[in-house]
Amino acid sequence: MFRAPERLKDEYDVVIIGGGGHGLAAAYYLAKDHGITNVAVLERSYIGAGGTGRNTAIIRSNYLTPEGARFYQASIELFQDLSRALNFNLFYSERGHFTLAHSPASLRTQRWRAEVNQHLGIDSDVVGTDFIKRTIPEIDLACGGHQPPILGALYHPPGAIARHDAVAWAYARGADRAGVEIHQKVAVTGVEIRDGAVTGVHTDKGFVKTKKVLSAVAGWTTYITSMIGLRTPLVIHPLQALVTEPLKPWLNSIVVSASLHLYVSQSSRGELVTGASLDPYPVLSMRSSLDFAEGSCGHLLDLFPFLGDIKVLRQWGGLCDMTPDFSPIMGTTPIAGFYIDAGWGTWGFKATPISGKTMAFTLAHGRNHDLIKAFNLSRFPNFQLVGEKGAASVGH
Amino acid sequence: MKSISCPINGTRPLQEFQYGGEVREMPDPDRASDEIWTDYLFNRRGEPGVTREWWYHQPSGTWFIAERDIVKDEFLRTYLYGSETCDE
Repeated sequence: MFRAPERLKDEYDVVIIGGGGHGLAAAYYLAKDHGITNVAVLERSYIGAGGTGRNTAIIRSNYLTPEGARFYQASIELFQDLSRALNFNLFYSERGHFTLAHSPASLRTQRWRAEVNQHLGIDSDVVGTDFIKRTIPEIDLACGGHQPPILGALYHPPGAIARHDAVAWAYARGADRAGVEIHQKVAVTGVEIRDGAVTGVHTDKGFVKTKKVLSAVAGWTTYITSMIGLRTPLVIHPLQALVTEPLKPWLNSIVVSASLHLYVSQSSRGELVTGASLDPYPVLSMRSSLDFAEGSCGHLLDLFPFLGDIKVLRQWGGLCDMTPDFSPIMGTTPIAGFYIDAGWGTWGFKATPISGKTMAFTLAHGRNHDLIKAFNLSRFPNFQLVGEKGAASVGH
Repeated sequence: MKSISCPINGTRPLQEFQYGGEVREMPDPDRASDEIWTDYLFNRRGEPGVTREWWYHQPSGTWFIAERDIVKDEFLRTYLYGSETCDE
């Protein structure tokens, strides 16, 4: 699908650390939008091995800050045309996204979210139980009496899912065809900095010269930043997910319940994909636990009791690089030539196209794209945080 | 099931404990520069390796410090605040 260059060149215009969706998208748009093709993407493992292939593939834009809403809305608009643009079937599928309310307080919060969303131009509204039951007949609104009953939901019609690893493959192929080199199984061991500016990258396959480095490794960002002494607010927590055996299509919607720490959708292969909330303390490993599978399946049965005999096919963990304000960290850093695309916590997959496009602009021009100015690392020392309460990991 | 050694109550299941963040020394707010203060406020170590952390044993209300390898998720030492020197 793409070339596997045998060796690294001596020098690149841009080196991208991390062959996930974000890094590959940045490489693709560097070549396509800006004509910069002397680019290497260095991936320690295989492309899409990290967060890209481990998220639950949900795409939505019902965020609550003006900065977040316009950023994720731009991403959805790119996603809607992406299969055609990359000539690769990403199984992009608009499903409609429900955020269930199990209490009057939660229903008030969803009403507030809908109003803010509409003010920001996002298609979003509160729906009642009739609409929920009509759209998802299998749901048990009473939750079997084990949980507070469902009173309504925030509904976001453009909410979609896509085949996440295909997004990595499609961007990789597009970047490769435009001349970018993708190096799998190459680990970065250091970033060379002279007089406050990047001069190259050390890898386990040798040193390469470059003046521009993009760190696009999300959950592994502290490995890279600790090499160069760049301090950030990032704290890494695992988030676990699982899929069931494939079923005939029955669930057309994406269902999220913050109260039950559960989100579920049915993939194009028929598997039910469910994710949980963050593990409660930081760990830099992708282990998965029985506690999670037990809790997640229990809550799935609260909503859909008929799934009692369905088997879990596999479970896994991913790493979430969490920021204190639930917004990403993007763009320039105090080190000249060192660019960062991180802080992707639980919201990274849906941002893949727009983060690639805006980071490519930022790398090409040496200044932050308008859409990501608010997400710069400097917002912390400047006390200009972007508190994003629409993120999946924020409880309402 | 994972268990943690509480310096007061001995080995107890993980579910009884709560994570309380990295151990950080607060600079003097009246003397610290803006740079040092915002670094204290927002930045975290977060990098792979052994980290000193606050943990809380909820049933007994005990705060203590744990040295934990955050890659392997292994607790290496736990002790009460101020007692790390007489621990060994």
